[in-house]
Amino acid sequence: MTAHDEHSISTRTYFLVFTALLVLTGVTVVAAFFNFGHLNDIIALVIAGTKATLVILFFMHVWHASGLTRVFVLSGFAWLALLMAFTFADLFTRWQVEAAG
Amino acid sequence: MSIPSTAEHHTTTHPALAHHFNDLAQQREAGTLGMWTFLVTEVMFFGGAFTGYAYYRWKFPEAFQAASHHLDIVLGTINTVVLICSSLTMVLAVQGAQRGDRKRLVRFLLLTILLALVFLGIKAFEYHHKWVEGHVPGRYFRWDPQHDGAVSPGGAQLFYSFYFTMTGIHAAHMIIGIGVIGVLVWMALRGRFTPESYGAVENTGLYWHFVDIVWIFLFPLLYLIGRH
Amino acid sequence: MTTIPIDEPRIEQHSNYLTNGYSVKSWLLTTDHKRIALLYLITITLFFFLGGAFAVLIRLDLMTPAGDLMRDETYNKMFTMHGIIMVFFFLIPAVPAVLGNFLIPLMIGARDLAFPRINLLSWYVFVIGGLFTLASVASGGVDTGWTFYTPYSSTYANTHVVLAALGVFITGFSSILTGLNFIVTVHTMRAPGMTWFRLPLFVWANYATSLIMILGTPVLAVTIVLVAIERIFGVGIFDPKLGGDPLLFQHLFWFYSHPAVYIMILPSMGVISELVTCFSRKRIFGYGFVAVSSLLIAVYGFLVWGHHMFVSGQSVYAGMIFSFLSFFVAIPSAIKVFNWTATLYKGSISYQTPMLYVFGFIGLFAIGGLTGLFLATLAVDVHVHDTYFIVAHFHYIMVGGVVMGYLGGIHFWWPKITGRMYPEGWAKLAALIIFVGFNLTFFPQFLLGYLGMPRRYHVYPEEFQILNVMSSAGASILGVGYLLPLVYLFWSLRWGPAAGPNPWAAAGLEWQTSSPPPTENFEKIPIVTQEAYAYSEGSGFPVSPEADYKEGGSPVVHS
Repeated sequence: MTAHDEHSISTRTYFLVFTALLVLTGVTVVAAFFNFGHLNDIIALVIAGTKATLVILFFMHVWHASGLTRVFVLSGFAWLALLMAFTFADLFTRWQVEAAG
Repeated sequence: MSIPSTAEHHTTTHPALAHHFNDLAQQREAGTLGMWTFLVTEVMFFGGAFTGYAYYRWKFPEAFQAASHHLDIVLGTINTVVLICSSLTMVLAVQGAQRGDRKRLVRFLLLTILLALVFLGIKAFEYHHKWVEGHVPGRYFRWDPQHDGAVSPGGAQLFYSFYFTMTGIHAAHMIIGIGVIGVLVWMALRGRFTPESYGAVENTGLYWHFVDIVWIFLFPLLYLIGRH
Repeated sequence: MTTIPIDEPRIEQHSNYLTNGYSVKSWLLTTDHKRIALLYLITITLFFFLGGAFAVLIRLDLMTPAGDLMRDETYNKMFTMHGIIMVFFFLIPAVPAVLGNFLIPLMIGARDLAFPRINLLSWYVFVIGGLFTLASVASGGVDTGWTFYTPYSSTYANTHVVLAALGVFITGFSSILTGLNFIVTVHTMRAPGMTWFRLPLFVWANYATSLIMILGTPVLAVTIVLVAIERIFGVGIFDPKLGGDPLLFQHLFWFYSHPAVYIMILPSMGVISELVTCFSRKRIFGYGFVAVSSLLIAVYGFLVWGHHMFVSGQSVYAGMIFSFLSFFVAIPSAIKVFNWTATLYKGSISYQTPMLYVFGFIGLFAIGGLTGLFLATLAVDVHVHDTYFIVAHFHYIMVGGVVMGYLGGIHFWWPKITGRMYPEGWAKLAALIIFVGFNLTFFPQFLLGYLGMPRRYHVYPEEFQILNVMSSAGASILGVGYLLPLVYLFWSLRWGPAAGPNPWAAAGLEWQTSSPPPTENFEKIPIVTQEAYAYSEGSGFPVSPEADYKEGGSPVVHS
């Protein structure tokens, strides 16, 4: 990643991303007031994930970053997924132990 | 196994080049990679708390929803917007540093600090309100099932434990960020940044956006559950 | 008395990192990775002997079935302080912060680590964390066990839990900073021609370790924050009475603390890879496999933490998954052991002190690792969980593995660090004493555990006394073995023969520069043209051990 690369993100792009973040904030608040059942949580997380991705790609310049930086970014979230996956693998299947008494 | 390099040590002598790097490009690459590595540790740090949150949300869904209803959704939304604005001002400050535009750099850094202070002010107001309501976990926690919602008080207290822990750690990160940005302003005024060498500005920007991302997840998980 | 003929000590003529300033300030404010490594060396040596002192008291108390030496509460504090100090203040920083700090820039042909000031900061953070822990010792100790299990640590313990936990929390940041520095250094600071598959295996091992440090340690940090909040404010995050779940604590804790086992063992494995090839005068067998197995262990180590929770009430399904996955860690570990033994095969082996530690490591690690397979088996674990079988198992890895590798590395690179040779005869004696003492201490504990003696108890039935006395006797031998190097290494600083740049005729960039190295490591940054282990005929290195091991260490000249 060189200084030259970052120049290719224009002020206009920054403002577009900014606008998208504000719109998505509005959408997530409005969506929270409708009852989609279990989908509510998923909608909220998908919107939050989209916003985070926009920030990472444009504000944090990962769009133009080296492959190494991208691997580092992904590894953080991958490891968090690992922590959650195995912890919940226990929590979600514990009913069996309780039933066995 | 090796032959001595013919490359002279310190052929490029830039005032911002540390002695152990070959050139500014290497120094910059190391700085950026270091910051991203640090942010990976931050993802795991907050991630542990998010795991705890999800764990108890699953165990006490009703209590978490009821407790969440006591948070002020208007203030939460305003704060989200404030933080997104501060991310924009931060990225414009970095752009100023890239272009060697000192005035633009300083102006947007100061604006970022201002927005951060607004965020913290609103947060402090919310904390105070929770204290008055008796929803600060611990000895003085009060949860009246008649009044506050017929759910497990233990679950509600867990919600507030995570609310205060996570927003508290987040606020601590912001306070540190404000301090660092303040140092950047001071350095910028002394002309320490050039278009070739502004790694500190860029890396502080990365940090600041990360803090923003944490809030982007905290906001729906804390304020927006079960509003329908 | 020494068996080594002493040459006239020659004072190195060139200026080096040790002669670059003699004031206290030039040490306390240094950003030289080599000096910071020495600061770490001194600090962790102090902690090692402090942790050892607690072990001595534990073993003394266990000499009699009634535990006559101390009260129950005191005994709880003894094993807790022994565990906390040894794990967080010795084993985790031992090889990376001392040898890694010193050697990584030298091995990859860099002038320093990527962030020298952060490196110094990490030492200060380490010391501050250590002071908090020492303060908790001085104010009466902690009795929760090194694992800080909730709700005991958060609700019931009446000792200074927060103080000790804060010490561990702070020290964690030191570990994070070290890991961050290593990762960035290996990525960005390699000399021209130093490709990834020319890196010494020690660097690979420390890189893998650093990955665990940055991915795991923050989770421990936030867990400690949650415990502290629970204890200080009286909320029930992990307290079942208030809706919390102690198992969540265990998940978060072991997510770090199981991989932390690999933080400890991986760098030592890296040391062994360096030593085994040098003293066999042979290329390492299967370089790529050994390198990649380090990364595999680092990654795979994160998938098995639940095997610490088989009897804690986690779901049986999770238990089965974790048990199944745990067996697979054996594969990359076995790859390493097989490759080391294959390296020995038909090698020109010489039995210098570092090599004795290599043999100690391989044998003891094999026992420790294989008993780990017993413990990964659900049904067997239910029988031996929380018994001395576990204690013996992890001491075979932690002491038989990590400490052996650490001591082997210290001896091997001592001439590089100090410019002086240690006395070979005494060193061989000490290695032998440590090996005998170690096995006498910990093998009886396998038997004790299998017979059913629980860990963390100091009162036991009389039929266990013989094995316990054997263990205590072994511990006293082990103690002598550890004190010996302390004495003769100090001795060698003044009277050891000058080593020269490469007393072992070893390959590796660190041996290409003078001993002790100059402040910026190399006169000129080298260009690397060969693999890391060019021990074969025709590559410019002598292959006959007799040719290059003149005692007293005359440097082998090659240009």
